[in-house]
Amino acid sequence: MQLTNRSKVVSNKEMSFKEKLYIPAILSGMGVTFKHMFKKSVSLRYPEVTRQFSPVYRGMHVLKRDAEGRENCTACGLCAVSCPAEAITMDAAERKKGEEHLYREEKYAAKYEINMLRCIFCGLCEEACPKDAIYLTDRIVESNYKRNSFVFGKDVLVEKIEDRIDITKRKKSYKID
Amino acid sequence: MAKVTIDGQTIEVADGTTILQAARMIGPEVAPPTMCYYSKLKTSGGYCRTCLVEVSKGSEKDPRPMPKLVASCRTTIMDGMEVKNMTSDKVIDARKGVVEFLLLNHPLDCPVCDQAGECQLQDLGYEHGSAKTRTDFERRTFDKIDIGNKIQLHMTRCILCYRCVKTAEQITDGRVHGVLNRGDASEISTYIEQAIDNDFSGNLIDVCPVGALTDKTFRFKSRVWFTKPVDAHRDCDKCSGKTVVWYKGEDVLRVTGRKDQWGEVEEFICNTCRFDKKKTSDWTIEGPRAISHQSVISANHYTKMVKPRELTLNNIKTIALTEGENK
Repeated sequence: MQLTNRSKVVSNKEMSFKEKLYIPAILSGMGVTFKHMFKKSVSLRYPEVTRQFSPVYRGMHVLKRDAEGRENCTACGLCAVSCPAEAITMDAAERKKGEEHLYREEKYAAKYEINMLRCIFCGLCEEACPKDAIYLTDRIVESNYKRNSFVFGKDVLVEKIEDRIDITKRKKSYKID
Repeated sequence: MAKVTIDGQTIEVADGTTILQAARMIGPEVAPPTMCYYSKLKTSGGYCRTCLVEVSKGSEKDPRPMPKLVASCRTTIMDGMEVKNMTSDKVIDARKGVVEFLLLNHPLDCPVCDQAGECQLQDLGYEHGSAKTRTDFERRTFDKIDIGNKIQLHMTRCILCYRCVKTAEQITDGRVHGVLNRGDASEISTYIEQAIDNDFSGNLIDVCPVGALTDKTFRFKSRVWFTKPVDAHRDCDKCSGKTVVWYKGEDVLRVTGRKDQWGEVEEFICNTCRFDKKKTSDWTIEGPRAISHQSVISANHYTKMVKPRELTLNNIKTIALTEGENK
């Protein structure tokens, strides 16, 4: 009884002389391979050549500083509570006298860690941030041999004063009516 | 006894009950929000105007509606009164205005403020306010004063609800702080910058609806939604000793009174319990505190989670066998 019409009848017919030679079949197979040598290659020779990212690409995070070089983050914890992968942890501390040039507000993040193995690069932290502090950039998280080295602390995440990271393409201008 | 209808729900209450108390008896869906009224403090209420309601029928004898919106915390009910709270457009509009006024001088430093997450002004602004301010003026500022090593005062955040003043007057003996100056310039202060130290002064932190009075021992330690509240008690000769202990990991970060659904403490606790007992061994733990699932404090807390078993080379065979049996 036939249940579906997807079944195939297997034939056991004898091969012709041409098929028995095998060489035409091999040559036509090689021909397909040969054709691909003239096509544009799909991959890039990274890291010598890098692909251009779209402006909404979500790569490694950056903790921004303001125009005067003070850290924007106040350790409010909204990024951590919005993170679906629970990748962000932080400890807050109070700004002391004389540290006004380092931190913008009276509270700052003494410890700020993102576990890049947990992070799913959804960008919700960036969306939750009320202080313009965290942004996802078009930088790639580099590979490593140890799991511990994927827990990125402030030494990696905070942008250097002399080496600012441009996020103008990602910056949104929200309007509330 | 008098019958009152609030938002279409009728309840019979004793004479002399205020509209707010009657609404709270019906339930949280009709109860107007409050910022200054505190049922445990006498003569509180009447300052903030957030609990304004519309009285569409004065009473059975005089069915005319009241001409203006009334403060429900200070208006007593009459037999046959009909009150509109959330069903009245006038009330919703007025409350939006009240929130805008409360936020006129309130600094929006929620990312820094320790009260964020359990702040009544945040809830009120979220539910009843508009997302934008219309004022162009500078917010008021104050000279910072130190009111002791236990309580932190942020005068800029204060909404002048007078709750802390009434707590100091009614719960502790010998009030040393009050509201100085008038109008726009009024501020909570102590005379000659005297430190507030009294066995029950810590309750000022609990009654404050905003982050104006916060726990100095908890200052910037953690956001409230990273801490886990548990009910705990201890034998205390000064107070009932029934508290909520807020944990982060193994550490007790702070101790507060137990707050009910209206954000009011059930019992006032003493300063020894609040500030000095910060070890698990000091407390008898009763169990996790029930927090509304809508609160940010219960974000990322899983109550019904079964932890998956860890697979190692030693137990992989036994797990496979037991799970095979289960199937």
